[in-house]
Amino acid sequence: MSTSSGHAHGSAEHKAAFNDLTDVEDIRDPEAVPEVVRSTYDDADIFRDEKEFNDHTLRPMFYTTKAYFIFVIALSLIMAQGVATFAVQTYYGLGQTNMHEPLFWGSYIATFVFWVGMSHSGTIVSSLLRLSHANWRRPILRAAEAMTAFSLLVAGLFPLIHVGRLWRVYYMFPLPNQRTLWPQFKSPLMWDMMAISVYMVGSMTFLYVGLIPDLAIARDRAIANNNWRQHYLKFLALGWRGSNREWMVYNKASLFLAVIILLIAPSVHTIVSWDFAMTMTPGWHTTIFGPYFVVGAIYSGVAGVVTLMIVLRWLFKLDDVIRILHIDALGKLLVVIAIIWTYFYVNEYIVTWYSHKPEEAHMWAWQGERFPHLLWIMLGGSVLNIFLLSWSRVRRNVYMMFWMSLLVNAGMYSERYLIVVPVLTRRDNPFMWTDYLPSGTELSIIAASFAYFIFLYAIFIKLFPIVTMADVKEGVVISGDMKIGRHSVRVQARE
Amino acid sequence: MGKIKVKLFNYKKQNDYKWAMTIDLDRCNGCGACVVGCQAENNVAVVGEEQVEHGRNMQWLRIERYVEGTYPDVKVRFLPMMCQHCDIAPCESVCPVWATYQNPEGLNVQVYNRCIGTRFCGNNCPYSARFFNWYDSKWEKNQENQLNPDVSVREKGVMEKCTMCMQRIRRGKDLAKDEGRPVKDGDIQPACAQTCPTNAITFGDINDPHSKVHDLAHSGRAIRLFEEKGTHPAVLYLKGGSGNVY
Repeated sequence: MSTSSGHAHGSAEHKAAFNDLTDVEDIRDPEAVPEVVRSTYDDADIFRDEKEFNDHTLRPMFYTTKAYFIFVIALSLIMAQGVATFAVQTYYGLGQTNMHEPLFWGSYIATFVFWVGMSHSGTIVSSLLRLSHANWRRPILRAAEAMTAFSLLVAGLFPLIHVGRLWRVYYMFPLPNQRTLWPQFKSPLMWDMMAISVYMVGSMTFLYVGLIPDLAIARDRAIANNNWRQHYLKFLALGWRGSNREWMVYNKASLFLAVIILLIAPSVHTIVSWDFAMTMTPGWHTTIFGPYFVVGAIYSGVAGVVTLMIVLRWLFKLDDVIRILHIDALGKLLVVIAIIWTYFYVNEYIVTWYSHKPEEAHMWAWQGERFPHLLWIMLGGSVLNIFLLSWSRVRRNVYMMFWMSLLVNAGMYSERYLIVVPVLTRRDNPFMWTDYLPSGTELSIIAASFAYFIFLYAIFIKLFPIVTMADVKEGVVISGDMKIGRHSVRVQARE
Repeated sequence: MGKIKVKLFNYKKQNDYKWAMTIDLDRCNGCGACVVGCQAENNVAVVGEEQVEHGRNMQWLRIERYVEGTYPDVKVRFLPMMCQHCDIAPCESVCPVWATYQNPEGLNVQVYNRCIGTRFCGNNCPYSARFFNWYDSKWEKNQENQLNPDVSVREKGVMEKCTMCMQRIRRGKDLAKDEGRPVKDGDIQPACAQTCPTNAITFGDINDPHSKVHDLAHSGRAIRLFEEKGTHPAVLYLKGGSGNVY
């Protein structure tokens, strides 16, 4: 049993106990308590009546406006042009891009790393919060986990877009063949493919298992309303009835998956970093890349979660579910990660500067000379974040947080571009020094990838409950008022 | 650096070949005949003006020009650059599908049919000696008639690079086998070595102590490019007054 400090709630008994207190803060009239953000979170704040709560949280799923369709059609158009461009690129050859010798990887790989990075926060945040019993996590888990799953789906497309012979890509899979030729497991790309497949399966399972009780709620609602969603919900809810045994198995499974995911996630981006670090290309071949990439991934991922939360609470009027408190807490997380991230920058730049190797100095000078704007967004953005987000006033300002989170991801995209491109334009052999900017083909496919991510998310919201309802209810069930002497204290049970 | 002798499987004991090439930089005058010879022998695509502007000039063998000193005291140095056929090749270990590997005779070979075009090998090659088929190669009418039937024409989306004229090595070995003898020095000559007017390029079996390549490699003038990378190339450059790797 652990306790968390209490707040005033409806019941008369509660109010009486409340008025008995002699503390300066507590003798105020409970009705007059101003709407302030409190340091602790209580799900009872949003959960008063089960039907009302279900109505409210399932509304994004069952109620669709015309604007939604227009939005989805617009996204489809962006995706369609991306698919058309990709078809042209596959038909004519990769010459449609601006890549050339010796710059064999360009914006596609930078975008790939970006999306893999984006996928890194949803499940990490979710499983960390689950394992640490952070009570405020409950409503936002689903939205974060879905982000992981979808950004991985988008990321998984980029290796396919990037290869020269798409129609032979199955050579990478360990399929039995008459030549007994297996993929080469020495190649970091092979590890990469394995790691991302494992992570994709893991995070999808995590998302799905977390969904089951909520699917059952949605299923019952769909059947009652004779909604078309009942067909797949019946199947996916696996006949969930909410029995004790089911809950026991469910809790065990989600704990187990949370641990597994927490172990897989950092390994995935480490392996993505090895695509670069394991080569002998100067500028890539550094031991720092593993942790550097993982922290960067979590940084961009948390910022992505913040952006998404703000958009969700605005679009679907979930202000009371995804509250300032969540944005504030994620903002604190962002500050911590931004500090670690800046520490890596300091290491990378200052240590290099101190060693005073002309090659390395040249690489930084070239970065600064060729891509100063990207460098400024990357470095300036992260330093600015530390200073601004340290203020609770900024963290609790939704507009500020929205733009800050976008700035983080703009910086992180620049960072990925700066890792891939400048290094390849200045290879070992000075005769082959070159320059590169993405072509229209590349830009339109990258734009389509962003549209694809938003599209997947938009479709998900209409097919599945976006708020983790069962977890919120669990939070309500396991908490209650407890009298300690004259004080009534809000308490919560924990396993 | 000591002598690297590739010993793999029993195959090596029967045919103890280790192909190597020496390029005498003091003899090279940068005429570019080797480039043309290579292009003609190996069906290397002529990509056209527009693609060259994009930096997609496909030359398995290229002459790199380096200008030393400032005007008027200027000296131009030429460096014929091709795949160095490294013994410890960075490109091989990164290919996820075994499209490139070390063959038992010390050559770094590329299997076009296996390549899926991840281009990782090209990124990991310090010599930038690998080329990608950004488009299908086009041949004008009647030009196809001069394609070498021994060499495949590469599809779009695969990597390619210098093979040390694999088809000529194959032919030389077949002839020697028919006559029941090992390959003699001078039996095999890649197109670049054959074309070079100043005899700057020499090819042969470096494991054969009587070969010309062996002599040149031990002449005290041999250097390897990017020695510090530890790739141990099979291509040795001969340069007056510099260190010796053998």
